[in-house]
Amino acid sequence: MDPIFRAVCFSAATALLCALAGVMVSLVIGGWPAFAKFGLGFFTSESWNPVTEVYGAAGPIAGTLITSFLSLLIALPIAFGVAVFLTEFCPRVLRRPIGIAVELLAGIPSIVYGMWGLFVFAPVFAKYVQLPMVLAAPPGSVWEKLVAGVPNGANILTASIILAIMILPYMAATLRELFLTVPAKVRESAYGIGATPLEVVGAVTLPYVKRSAIGAVMLGLGRALGETMAVTFVIGNAHGFPTSLFSSGSTIASTIANEFAEATSEMHSAALIALGLVLFLITFTVLALARALLGHRQAV
Amino acid sequence: MKLDRRGRRSLKAGAFMAFSYVSTVLALVALVAILASLLVEGVGGLNLAVFTQSTPPPGGEGGLANAIVGSLMLCAAAMVAAVVVGVLAGTWLAEYSCDSWYARVVRFVNDVLLSAPSILIGLFIYEVVVRPMGGFSGYAGALALALIATPVVTRTTEDVLKLQSRALRESGVALGSPLWTTIQKILWRAAGGGIVTGGLLAFARISGETAPLLFTSLNNQFFSLDMGRPIANLPVVIFNFALSAYEDWRRLAWVGALLIAVAVLAINVLVRVLAREPRRS
Repeated sequence: MDPIFRAVCFSAATALLCALAGVMVSLVIGGWPAFAKFGLGFFTSESWNPVTEVYGAAGPIAGTLITSFLSLLIALPIAFGVAVFLTEFCPRVLRRPIGIAVELLAGIPSIVYGMWGLFVFAPVFAKYVQLPMVLAAPPGSVWEKLVAGVPNGANILTASIILAIMILPYMAATLRELFLTVPAKVRESAYGIGATPLEVVGAVTLPYVKRSAIGAVMLGLGRALGETMAVTFVIGNAHGFPTSLFSSGSTIASTIANEFAEATSEMHSAALIALGLVLFLITFTVLALARALLGHRQAV
Repeated sequence: MKLDRRGRRSLKAGAFMAFSYVSTVLALVALVAILASLLVEGVGGLNLAVFTQSTPPPGGEGGLANAIVGSLMLCAAAMVAAVVVGVLAGTWLAEYSCDSWYARVVRFVNDVLLSAPSILIGLFIYEVVVRPMGGFSGYAGALALALIATPVVTRTTEDVLKLQSRALRESGVALGSPLWTTIQKILWRAAGGGIVTGGLLAFARISGETAPLLFTSLNNQFFSLDMGRPIANLPVVIFNFALSAYEDWRRLAWVGALLIAVAVLAINVLVRVLAREPRRS
């Protein structure tokens, strides 16, 4: 019996391997017609037109990279601040509740973030941030180009901020776990020779976890790249290349979510699946790097 | 004003502390703001009809009953598959693999699947299930969700099995039982609490997943228990209704979002309560 049970367990493990391979193979096969027809133009052209059957993915690819990068730029310092607060400054009584609260933020489904972003955050943001910025921008400057757009709240920057709120708790939780792996003896000896908290974090904690911390950041980036629902609600869903912070855009995931169920022609589906393959390759690279840096034992 | 070295240091330290406080307050404000709008917008629409009637046409009376039932069916079916495959795969990784190169590959693949974009899982299932079967179906949706839940179960199973002491394994083997009996009768029982926790976390994870369902189980306006056809589910209903132009549909979308969020948060809290109890084994 033992060999049979062992074989069953082994095939379950192999099934996981097959699943990932299957994802890749099916995306390559499904997307092939689009690559074959448009070639390199698929990556460089920004015209995406289901009516004339011309598909260029530069817009969604750029949108994905820009929103992910911006969200990382916003979320990383805050996540770092939260992790430092929880390990260095937080009163003992509050440590557990605040830690749990941050983790709860990570548990909220992305569609809830999307709805909140669309109905609550976007209008407020458009009125109190976007409009003043557009009005304050001196005409003709680079600044004006950067903030050009219809102030309706559905744009690249709003999507990035919602994404940032989403990946913030993951990164904060992972960074906190990492900071806690620093031996108390080392940290306390730094305090003992009179270092300030800033110096302890900068000279002891960060160097100690440097490698894994980069992995944690990459993990957050991986989530931002592939996030669908939260972005679809607030990015405005326009296909072209985003020209300013406040222009509507799209990401790979939001384009697929919006169009795939309604795609009627073969080429339209193929183009969307080809987009999916691009997303797969980007996230796979980022996640593989993250895992290599983190090692297996860190965080989910 | 010119500061000496000591003044500069304490100024920097103060700024650092302030920054860290502000960051935490910002994160908490986000959580409170999201929960508050869910309560404000969702609780008003909460009534008995939500649980007893199916999704309405625009302007009509209705609830979310078909979507709630559909979601429960999809998640239940997905969890059955995920727990079976996940526990077995986790057991192989922890007990049989001996840390071979193949085990390291599987572990890595599992970690990648753990955070792979869920919409790609949906595309995959569309290609291998929906297209050959000639239509959207509840089974396809359940399969997509299962594929998202399995890596979570595998990971937790492996982790909790590895936490079990060597003495436990040796005592099983010393009684003369084969390894698989030891695993099933002793190790799985000892690790039971942890595996349940993993299952609950996986359940929480998939109960709000929308992207993979958009083109696998699709949606169904009517009450249906047939997994072979498109089936209504909360996330997709929320997505469609929230983006619609009808006021009453939007209100139902908020109610749905509140239900999902409450369910997910409740599971997360439950997991923490379970994890806190000393493990009886």
